[in-house]
Amino acid sequence: MAYTPEQLQVMDSMIKRYPRSRSAIMPLLHYVQSIAGYVTNEGIELIAKLLTLETAEVSAVATFYTQYKRKPVGEYHVGVCTNTLCAVMGGDAIFAALKDHLGVENDGVTADGKVSLEHIECNAACDYAPVVMANWEFYDNQDVSSAKELVDSMRKGTPKPPTRGPNSLVTWKEASAVLAGINDGKAGEGLQAGGPTLLGLNLSKEGK
Amino acid sequence: MTKLAPVLSAHWDEKDSFTIEAYTRHGGYKASAKALAMDPDAVIQLVKDSGLRGRGGAGFPTGMKWGFIPQGDEKDHYLVVNADESEPGTCKDTPLLMANPHVLIEGCIIACHAIRAKHAFIYIRGEVTHVVRRVNQAIEDAYKAGHLGKGIDVVLHVGAGAYICGEETALLDSLEGFRGQPRLRPPFPAIAGLYARPTVVNNVESIASVPAIIANGAEWYQGMGTEKSKGTTLYSLSGHVNNPGQFEAPLGITLREILELAGGVRSGHKLKFWTPGGSSTPLFTDEHLDVPLDYEGVSAAGSMLGTKALQIFDETTCVVRAVLRWTEFYKHESCGKCTPCREGTWWLVQILRDLENGVGTEADLAKLLDLCDNIMGRSFCALGDGATSPITSSIKYFRGEYLAHLTNGGCPFDPVKSTLFSGVNA
Repeated sequence: MAYTPEQLQVMDSMIKRYPRSRSAIMPLLHYVQSIAGYVTNEGIELIAKLLTLETAEVSAVATFYTQYKRKPVGEYHVGVCTNTLCAVMGGDAIFAALKDHLGVENDGVTADGKVSLEHIECNAACDYAPVVMANWEFYDNQDVSSAKELVDSMRKGTPKPPTRGPNSLVTWKEASAVLAGINDGKAGEGLQAGGPTLLGLNLSKEGK
Repeated sequence: MTKLAPVLSAHWDEKDSFTIEAYTRHGGYKASAKALAMDPDAVIQLVKDSGLRGRGGAGFPTGMKWGFIPQGDEKDHYLVVNADESEPGTCKDTPLLMANPHVLIEGCIIACHAIRAKHAFIYIRGEVTHVVRRVNQAIEDAYKAGHLGKGIDVVLHVGAGAYICGEETALLDSLEGFRGQPRLRPPFPAIAGLYARPTVVNNVESIASVPAIIANGAEWYQGMGTEKSKGTTLYSLSGHVNNPGQFEAPLGITLREILELAGGVRSGHKLKFWTPGGSSTPLFTDEHLDVPLDYEGVSAAGSMLGTKALQIFDETTCVVRAVLRWTEFYKHESCGKCTPCREGTWWLVQILRDLENGVGTEADLAKLLDLCDNIMGRSFCALGDGATSPITSSIKYFRGEYLAHLTNGGCPFDPVKSTLFSGVNA
């Protein structure tokens, strides 16, 4: 797959953000992932060329970080937190139920290419446990049935919106572009804070 | 009873709290203007005087860290903000950045001025798309408003899923475009950090605390907290409690006080064990409800304040299962650079799995402790040390429960009972 002049220009601007070009390797990997849906060999070759590195050096970085995928994932990539706290509070049950419901194992993709499933580590939302992420957006306080409804809505092409995030769920490729540093204009959407985030502040206003 | 003291969280309840308009409405960017008019050394002195200590876990005095940057060396200096929040249980920086990213940017401006840096990098974890949007937009808006781009630049760098990058030298390697693996120290980042230049690496909450200190003065900040742990901080309460959430309070509040505010442990249940500062800090039990949650108090009781991530587990939770899961996490996140951590965490998981399944022997407990002894203090960085904390502390307090798995031939707990939707929706 050839990259367009516009895409090459975006990549050039990413390199220019840094005092040393090699630092741009991570945003560039997020960016090539946003184009193809995963980090392709072509993407690695291009990044190596742009940064004057060996492809092995770029591969070494791409394979170190779990968010870079070396094979296609679903349009909606679902991560269930199964680190201790979420697991104990229901994450294990949710993950088991979703595997069964979708008919996939960990890292699997549904045949229609809509949903992929992964168990993930702590995602810094423990006061909203059990937590499910989709394309790295928050779905807080999930249970087995709400998680099944969520993936069903994705397979129908009308995914439920995140609980703390933009008004609608963006695709995996679109989310990868955001992680590459591209502003999609949705920062103003959604809650500034959920209930648990505000609990202490609200109690303080009651004189506590 | 300690009173809550929202400073960082003071305006999070306003719907537009994350915008530059809201931030400016509450006096935002006045502190950076004030600091920029001060001598950089005076800014460092003020932060030293405030008593602010690092909120990322280690509690190192922030002003002292800034003071280590060599002056007049004519080298580029860098500020790097560690926003790679991923210690299990830790969930303070993420809501902070979602609700008010500008306070971090203003803190970056002040810190850059103090350490004579022209460039700040915010290294944020990659698994929080909406937080990335908010911080990115805030940086754009700060440029448009002229707060950035006049001698100080801020670049957002998004990680890609590696817990180890929360370790400051691994973070620097990652930011330089390498696999995130820790560096041997010395040299410390203050001498040879990013691109081998003098670099300050601070946690989000530490830098975000600076604007209020500049605005209100060191004495104001010193007036809160305890003798050696000054100011307010975010305590994150999660797990088996009626109302989990963020509580910003002066350092030294106790878990008993926070639990009372949160409506107590899950109704009908009682506290079994908890972490004071994330999974890398040794477990506490109901014996420790009155330990002052400041750096000295938690340390004196045998653990660490860490990130103030209070994860609460009630009596329905199997401690062996909990510890096994954390250990699987450390094994997965071990970067592989040093042998004690890479091999040790692998063996810890094997032994703990056997114990959880009731197929080990009592000698395995001694083997676990021996392995921990060979990992603790012998690993390249704190990840290996952290991996041993839940194991050694749980064996100390719950040895009988490990043994019960062996006599029972498996886990004696019903995992359904510990879920939030036990009997409701499962």
